[in-house]
Amino acid sequence: MTQRKPFPTHLFVFLLPALLIYTAFMVYPLLDSVLMSFFAVNPTTGQQGFVGLQNYVQLLTDERYAPHFWNAFVHNIIFFLYHFFVQNPIGLLLAALLAQHTLRFRGFFRTAFFMPTMLSFVIVGFIWELILSPIWGVAQGFLDLIGLGFLFKPWLGLPEYALPALSLISVWQFIGIPMMLFYAALIAIPDELIEAARVDGASYWTVFWRIKFPLILPTVGIVTILTFVGNFNAFDLIYTTQGALAGPDFATDILGTFFYRTFFGFQLQLGNPNMGATVATMMFLIILTGVLFYLVVWQRRVTTYEI
Amino acid sequence: MSKTTSTRSGSAPGWLRNLGAYVILIAYTLLALFPVILVIMNSFKSRRAIFTSPLAPPTPETFSLVGYATVFARTNFGWYFVNSLIVTLVSMVLILFLGAMAAWALSGYNFRGSTIVGLYMALGIMIPIRLGTVSILKVMVALGLVNTLWSLILVYTAMGLPLTVFVLQQFMRQVPRELTDAARIDGASEYRIFGLVVPLVRPAVATVAVFTMIPVWNDLWFPLILAPGESTKTVTLGAQQFLGQFVSDWNAVLSALTLAMVPILILYILFSRQLIRGLTAGAIK
Repeated sequence: MTQRKPFPTHLFVFLLPALLIYTAFMVYPLLDSVLMSFFAVNPTTGQQGFVGLQNYVQLLTDERYAPHFWNAFVHNIIFFLYHFFVQNPIGLLLAALLAQHTLRFRGFFRTAFFMPTMLSFVIVGFIWELILSPIWGVAQGFLDLIGLGFLFKPWLGLPEYALPALSLISVWQFIGIPMMLFYAALIAIPDELIEAARVDGASYWTVFWRIKFPLILPTVGIVTILTFVGNFNAFDLIYTTQGALAGPDFATDILGTFFYRTFFGFQLQLGNPNMGATVATMMFLIILTGVLFYLVVWQRRVTTYEI
Repeated sequence: MSKTTSTRSGSAPGWLRNLGAYVILIAYTLLALFPVILVIMNSFKSRRAIFTSPLAPPTPETFSLVGYATVFARTNFGWYFVNSLIVTLVSMVLILFLGAMAAWALSGYNFRGSTIVGLYMALGIMIPIRLGTVSILKVMVALGLVNTLWSLILVYTAMGLPLTVFVLQQFMRQVPRELTDAARIDGASEYRIFGLVVPLVRPAVATVAVFTMIPVWNDLWFPLILAPGESTKTVTLGAQQFLGQFVSDWNAVLSALTLAMVPILILYILFSRQLIRGLTAGAIK
C-alpha cells in the first residue's frame, strides 16, 4: 500500500466504528429530535404531519405548557447562579490553600474534597434528604449544638427553600471539579514569578489578585461553561429527591424534569414525544447560546498568558 | 507536577496563616466526608440506635445487619451490580478501543478531511446526549433493543467517544514521527503501528478510562428510560427505586445507599492519586 493514496483502507478501519456509533446514537438522534419538534400527530388521521413552528408556539403560549416551561427555565437560571456564586469562590479558596507548598497532608485534603464528585446524584440526593430530614434530626441536632436550632426548617419540603437547598447540595457534590481545575492552573504558575513579586515587596494578597488571579481567569471561564451545560441538562438530583413532579408544587422544577414529564406524561397528562422533542430542542438552543457566548465573547475578551 | 523549589514562607506570622488554612481545610474535609461516613456508619446499626444516637459509631450492642438483610431479600441487588458492571466495562472497552483507533487516524496521518472529521467528533463534547433521548428511544425500539443492556452500552459508547477521541488525539500528536516511520521501514503494518502507539499514551488512556466510567456507572436517566426492566436494572436505578419504595425503612435505605456507594469509593481510594494527577495534568495542557 503506498502512502500517496488519498484515503487508505486502514484509515477506514480506524475511523469507521467510532464514527458509526457516534453518528447513529448521538448525532442522528439529536438531529432527528430537532426534526420531530416540527411535527405533530394529526388527531383525525393519527399520522405524523408537519406543523412548522406550532409546537414552539404552543410551548411558549399554551397554558398547559408555557407556565411550566417558564417556571422551569427561571428555576434553571437560579440553579445555575447558585452554582456560579457559591462554587467558584469556595473552589478557588480551597484550591489556593492546596497550592501552598508549605502545607502538609495536601494529598489527603485533595482526595477528600473530590470524593463527593465521584458519587451519583441518586446517592447524594438521598444522603442529604436523610440528613435534612426532620424525622432523623441530624441537621437539626447540629444547629442545636451551635445554638442555631431555631434556624432549622424542613428545607426540602418548603417551596421557598427547596430549590436553594438542592442547588447547594449539587454544589457540594460538584465542587471537586472547579477546585481541581483551579488547583491545576495555580500550580502551573512558575515559582520564579511569585518570588520576583515577593522580592519587590508585594504582599500575599497583591500577589494573589494581581498575578495569580489574572492567570487563572481562563479557568473560571471553563468552569463556568462546564457548570452551565451540566446545570441546564440536570435531572437526576431533582428526580431522586423531589420526584418527576419536582415538588413541592413545582418549586424545584427545572428543564430536565419538565422535559421528562412532557415526553413521558404524568398523572392525567399523556406523554407527547413531539412536545418532548420541542422541549429538548429549546434546551439545546439554550446550551448552544451559552457555549457560543463562551467561545465568541468570553474567549476573545480574556487574555490567556503563556507561561 | 509542581516544582519542588522551596518557597519562602511568609515572613512574620507564617505559622498563624497556616493555622487558619488548616482550620478551613479540616472544616471542609468534615463537610465533604461527614455525610458519607454518617450513612455508612448508621447502616450497621439497629433502628433504635439510628434514631437515638445518629452520630455514634456502631457498638456491639447497637450493631445490626437487618437493613442489608432487607435489601437482599427484597431486591436483586447482586444482579443490579452485575448489570452495572457489564454496562460499564463493555462501554469502557468500546470507548477506549474505538476512541483510540479514531484518535490515531486523526493524529497519526494527514489526509484530506481530517480536520472536519475531528471537528465533527468534537461537537459531541459540549452537547449533552440526553437532548436526543426522544429519538434514541425511537431508534432502540426500532432495533428491538429496549430493555437490553446493549441499548445502554451503545448510548454510553456514543456519549464517551467525543471526549476520548479529543483527549487521546492531543497525546498521540506527541508520539515522535521518527518512531512510527522507523517501524514502517521495518515492514510493520499500519495496524501493528497502532499497537505500538497505544502503550505510549497509556497514562492518558487510564485517565480517560476513569472519566468515562464514572458517569456511566452513576447515570440514572438512560437506565430509567431505555432499560427499566427488572432484569436489566443497574445499581443506580435499582437503588433509586428501592429507596423510593422503602423510604420509611431507615435500615434498608441506609444499607442500600452504602451498597451503591462502596464500589465507587473503593475504586476511588485505590486510584485517586492517578486520577487527580491525570486531571491536573490534563488541565494544564
